Amino acid sequence: MERCAARGAPEEERRVRANAREYNEKFQYASNCIKTSKYNIVTFLPVNLFEQFQEVANTYFLFLLILQLIPQISSLSWFTTIVPLVLVLTITAVKDATDDYFRHKSDNQVNNRQSQVLIGGVLRQEQWMNVRVGDIIKLENNQFVAADLLLLCSSEPHGLCYVETAELDGETNMKVRQATPVTSELADISTLARFDGEVICEPPNNKLDKFGGTLYWKENKFPLSNQNMLLRGCVLRNTEWCFGLVVFAGPDTKLMQNSGRTKFKRTSIDRLMNTLVLWIFGFLVCMGVILAIGNAIWEHEVGVCFQIYLPWDEGVHSAVFSGFLSFWSYIIILNTVVPISLYVSVEVIRLGHSYFINWDKKMYCAKRRTPAEARTTTLNEELGQVEYIFSDKTGTLTQNIMVFSKCSVNGHSYGDVQDVLGHNVELGERPEPVDFSFNPLADPGFQFWDPSLLEAVQLGDPHVHEFFRLLSLCHTVMSEEKSEGELYYKAQSPDEGALVTAARNFGFVFRSRTPKTITVHELGRAITYQLLAILDFNNIRKRMSVIVRSPEGKIRLYCKGADTILLERLHPSNQDLTNVTTDHLNEYAGEGLRTLVLACKDLEESYYEDWAERLRRASGAPEAREDRLARLYDEVERDMTLLGATAIEDKLQQGVPETIAILTLANIKIWVLTGDKQAPGSPCAETAVNIGYSCKMLTDDMTEVFVVTGHTVLEVREELRKAREKMMDGSRSMGNGFSYQEKLSSSKLTSVLEAIAGEYALVINGHSLAHALEADMEVEFLETACACKAVICCRVTPLQKAQVVELVKKYKKAVTLAIGDGANDVSMIKTAHIGVGISGQEGIQAVLASDYSFSQFKFLQRLLLVHGRWSYLRMCKFLCYFFYKNFAFTMVHFWFGFFCGFSAQTVYDQYFITLYNIVYTSLPVLAMGVFDQDVPEQRSMEYPKLYEPGQLNLLFNKREFFICIAQGIYTSVLMFFIPYGVFADATRDDGAQLADYQSFAVTVATSLVIVVSVQIGLDTGFWTAINHFFIWGSLAAYFAILFAMHSDGLFQMFPNQFRFVGNAQNTLAQPTVWLTIALTTVVCIMPVVAFRFLKLDLKPELSDTVRYTQLVRKKQKPQHRCARRGGCGGGSRRSGYAFSHQEGFGELIMSGKNMRLSSLALSGFTARPGAAWIETLRRKKGGESSPDTAAKG
Amino acid sequence: MKNKKSSAPQEAETRPSRCPDNSAFKQQKLPAWKPQLTAASVLSTFFLTGAFCLSVGVSLIVAAKSVREIQVDYSDKCSHCSKLRENSSNWNSECLCSINITLAEDMLGDVFMYYGLQNFYQNHRRYALSRSDEQLLGRNVDVQNSYCAPFATYQNGTPMAPCGAIANSMFNDTIDLFYNFNSSVIQVPLLKTGNSWWTDKNVKFRNPESHNLSAAFAGTARPPYWHKAVYLLDEEDEKNNGYINDDFIIWMRVSAFATFRNLYRRISRKGQFTDGLPAGNYTFHISYNFPVSKFKGKKYVILSTMVWSGGSNPFLGIAYLGASQWIVQLVFILRSQW
Repeated sequence: MERCAARGAPEEERRVRANAREYNEKFQYASNCIKTSKYNIVTFLPVNLFEQFQEVANTYFLFLLILQLIPQISSLSWFTTIVPLVLVLTITAVKDATDDYFRHKSDNQVNNRQSQVLIGGVLRQEQWMNVRVGDIIKLENNQFVAADLLLLCSSEPHGLCYVETAELDGETNMKVRQATPVTSELADISTLARFDGEVICEPPNNKLDKFGGTLYWKENKFPLSNQNMLLRGCVLRNTEWCFGLVVFAGPDTKLMQNSGRTKFKRTSIDRLMNTLVLWIFGFLVCMGVILAIGNAIWEHEVGVCFQIYLPWDEGVHSAVFSGFLSFWSYIIILNTVVPISLYVSVEVIRLGHSYFINWDKKMYCAKRRTPAEARTTTLNEELGQVEYIFSDKTGTLTQNIMVFSKCSVNGHSYGDVQDVLGHNVELGERPEPVDFSFNPLADPGFQFWDPSLLEAVQLGDPHVHEFFRLLSLCHTVMSEEKSEGELYYKAQSPDEGALVTAARNFGFVFRSRTPKTITVHELGRAITYQLLAILDFNNIRKRMSVIVRSPEGKIRLYCKGADTILLERLHPSNQDLTNVTTDHLNEYAGEGLRTLVLACKDLEESYYEDWAERLRRASGAPEAREDRLARLYDEVERDMTLLGATAIEDKLQQGVPETIAILTLANIKIWVLTGDKQAPGSPCAETAVNIGYSCKMLTDDMTEVFVVTGHTVLEVREELRKAREKMMDGSRSMGNGFSYQEKLSSSKLTSVLEAIAGEYALVINGHSLAHALEADMEVEFLETACACKAVICCRVTPLQKAQVVELVKKYKKAVTLAIGDGANDVSMIKTAHIGVGISGQEGIQAVLASDYSFSQFKFLQRLLLVHGRWSYLRMCKFLCYFFYKNFAFTMVHFWFGFFCGFSAQTVYDQYFITLYNIVYTSLPVLAMGVFDQDVPEQRSMEYPKLYEPGQLNLLFNKREFFICIAQGIYTSVLMFFIPYGVFADATRDDGAQLADYQSFAVTVATSLVIVVSVQIGLDTGFWTAINHFFIWGSLAAYFAILFAMHSDGLFQMFPNQFRFVGNAQNTLAQPTVWLTIALTTVVCIMPVVAFRFLKLDLKPELSDTVRYTQLVRKKQKPQHRCARRGGCGGGSRRSGYAFSHQEGFGELIMSGKNMRLSSLALSGFTARPGAAWIETLRRKKGGESSPDTAAKG
Repeated sequence: MKNKKSSAPQEAETRPSRCPDNSAFKQQKLPAWKPQLTAASVLSTFFLTGAFCLSVGVSLIVAAKSVREIQVDYSDKCSHCSKLRENSSNWNSECLCSINITLAEDMLGDVFMYYGLQNFYQNHRRYALSRSDEQLLGRNVDVQNSYCAPFATYQNGTPMAPCGAIANSMFNDTIDLFYNFNSSVIQVPLLKTGNSWWTDKNVKFRNPESHNLSAAFAGTARPPYWHKAVYLLDEEDEKNNGYINDDFIIWMRVSAFATFRNLYRRISRKGQFTDGLPAGNYTFHISYNFPVSKFKGKKYVILSTMVWSGGSNPFLGIAYLGASQWIVQLVFILRSQW
């Protein structure tokens, strides 16, 4: 059973010797078997029960059960408690068992994956769980790494191998791992089998990016780092095979060490409920004390005299002791104010809501074939209370797909979508995209809407040609041609990919590169440029250049970069063109596009030679290499000629602007926290602002966008202070203005700073954020940020994301939701009240950590405004009713206490007490809790304001709770005193006594069931067939059970248990009884109806209004704010070049290190004539490179 | 290539399972009735309810008014007996008491005689529990294991029949009614059977099976406070003796409150009493056995006629009138707001 051995003591360091199982077994390292399940068949019952009784509620009921077994105080039979308790425990146990079964299944599936292990010199197929520390295993392409391995050797040169770490950290780009040089030679099995190196390394830990250890082999030491490790969860890519030594296995792997148990999240309703249950408990004790004192007094005054008929129990010698016993007796009979079924009902309702989320067709993404999934079933109603959304950007708001959208060439802007008459058309009614069929190498996925650019290319406009030539040459993209004409680009940043693809489609096809050449098909002609230098990108330069020699021998520098930088480096003669282009740039930026400026420059041969020589020397220099290179680069990138500008659209996910607009209308504040993977210091603020504009978070109507970029504490503080001052000034000057008034009326509850006039936005970068999050500034930051309509934090580390969320949670007492797709969002997803993962993408870490997952950001509006809102509404209605019905039920005992000598006599039959909460009244309220709808789902989208009651916590709070229990107590008073008044001296119509205890019990019970049923009927706003069935069914069940319990047959079998025999037919045949029930119902319900109607009439909620005004059909379309703003000053130029670009790739290309000769040669396309790079290489070997026209047909 | 081929049908298979069903239930689009509180419906409901309450209230009050009832506190009037019974050592000495009443009007129809007790806590938990229904069903049970204690067995182990505090404290006064008609005294004929529920008499209470009743109760003893054994409760009528004695059954149906009345006898409508009790002077002859002064209780004897709503019970009618009044006020409040 226990295949996964338990772990030993924590280790100091780890020693692993290759191919030596006996040696390694000494240390008792964990095997590669993974166990996430909690129980097995034997341990399930005890362990699960133990866990369940750790819940306070369950223990409390167990305690009650024990009390009931003491005869002196047992006022109720033991089964009144044990039946519900067993029911609750069973339901929970079944749920736990199913959960664990699925964990077992997934464990088995993972543990039984196959891997090839080198045992005794031969490769053997073994299951993952049988892999041991110290084994050498072979991995093949696209296989999952079975354990944490030390890479020994691979099929690639230099022992390189490529892995995808999506499951680990969510990053989809490939990473390079390299074997240590000594082991990379061990390429065949026999040498590997003889390998007996010993690794001494750190003990297991959860740091994914760090590894420290040493390899001892042949009396030499070799340091090991994370670069040499393949971690479990990675997938081997683009590598034929590799061998690795298992260092950490199973639970010791970094993946498993990272999957700590998720913190158990509770909703605010949960917390409120627990508080209320405590209060109720206190209330219960108070009532118990009152009744116990009553009992002591009664026994002292009356009971003492009554002893001739009813002597005190044995052992009771004083009234005080009797009072003490009656305290416990009353605790037992009044315990139904804290009903055991409350928790289980809440769980059932939440489960139902979760299923509705899973079943929602409108949250199903057909493209990715992923339905929405409620991974946690305990948080649903909190979805209706969200005030702050923290969103990741890449992959969540944006698709991380860059699209070449517009460009400006030689002062002419291309890319506007135009109709026949030349007018710009609205989105949505696009004409046909440009036809690229002339170009056999075109990427079919590329679309462009402005035919005039293609016309310009085909007419041979030299500027346009040069523009695209630059795009096809100046980049660090790698190409791969799987078959003839089937080109794949591997771009470091999607921006570059988009640009090169655009050039490709317009006839300037980047075909292949070698370290020294770039081959481009220019309008069908293959031209090979000699690549002289790549002046690589970095965050300070914000530009990159290439220097190429054309086949004609001309040397040219092509440069692309951020506009702010590049426009200053142009030749003064470009001034006119610069002005036009700048206008275009502003326009693009206003649309949220990411812009780049392109420029070129001819270089004299002699100048270049000189410069190249200096470059060679500088790059060989031992110190200050970077500076010297930078200076040289700077020198050559001057006086360039402007070619134009590009605008790339960072493709938003579908429906993002609309969703954000609606959520904003729902008074939800959205903060974007983007963390980029690249080196620090780049102007990320600009790209983030771009996205802010394009997804309508930032608009040009905004009064001001504050950008905080300070690097020191003082700077940040100052910037925040200034921002606040500006906002205060703004609101003072506009204090009497219209917007202020509107604000006040729309949301009363915002604090002074939040009620400021005008819309502001805050953009803060990671550095400043680090300071802003320090203890003494966090409140300042929070206040400033919360006063802004939109907040964008960029270049934020995963930890900071969590800190920001924590900050808002701590000070704003608001419900937060974090949404993200990558591993870097995991911390914030776990921290926020609700974590949402975007599913259907490669990385699943975020989804695994999340509470809800779906594949599109736009589903968030449905999740919150429809499902969340309903869940909240239903849960609140459910709780209100639940407390009401239990107070109405239980408090009758309290009143009866005053008339029965405080003897803890129950008013009802004990079976009624047992069944009241689990049969008679449970299903109607469950049906309401699961199915109720106040307004149709479309309306909650049309009127986002409907979401507000949840945020303000209006539907269930302490006040509502007191109203509920007041109503319950009111009902209980009438429920007792009306029958009391009637029965006190009434007789039956046949002259017999009416006021016997059993008739009274039946009358009160019947009127109670009828009153609470009518009440649930009033509360139910959405009577589906199921509601009808449950409500009528419960009433029918009550009478059926009543008559069954009072039947002769049962009495004959158990005379002492069913002593109410004949009561139902005798009592319920009396008109007086029915008149009593009717009167009780009328006086209990009528005031409620009147109260509700008055409330509806005088102070209608928005939902009431919406319910009524079905005529109001005017849809509040999310306003497309005019993206174009003529000359108004607000348009700031925003450049997006720096976004996802990484330094260092230029060098890698020039060195040729990442050119994969061997693997491509093996890849089965050798017969293909056009393996262009091989051709080029061969030609290069031959000496002179020449324009290649015969390469392909 | 192979991979692609094999994955294609798989995709087709998994597609329907991943996509949620388009059923009304799963999409929360079940047809539903959406009731709304509108002014018209609310006001009409109130109006109808008010009218209903008013009519019921009026008819109840009219009915209750027509009931004739006379109630006599004989624990006060027979104070000598009360005193005597206060000392439990006198339990065996008889005490008789006569009380004269005058009926100003005829009591027409069925007339019922009740005894009332005040301050007698039949609804006390331990009291109400102290019985063995199994024993009362005529079964042979070990009363030691029942809730009857301390009235389960005697010290020598003889079980009490019936056991328990309820049975032990059974009301044991006898009340006879005499009509003083033209200086002659006529005993009013009283019916002592047919006063209890059919289910009680025929299902809930059964005598132990035996050839005769005293044999059936052999081996048991009467409860300590009883003057005679259970099989001597009504020696004249076999069907009213033992556990199925009506007085006993009625007593065993414990009251919900400390003040209550139990049906004692019905006036047999024959001779002069065919139409009920004629107006005139009557005398209750009471054999006073049941002590009440000890627990500050009172005893009543009550004569009452009956209507459809039972006996004289003004509360319900007044409550209905009050409710209708209240509803009318609510309607006015609603109207004024509307």
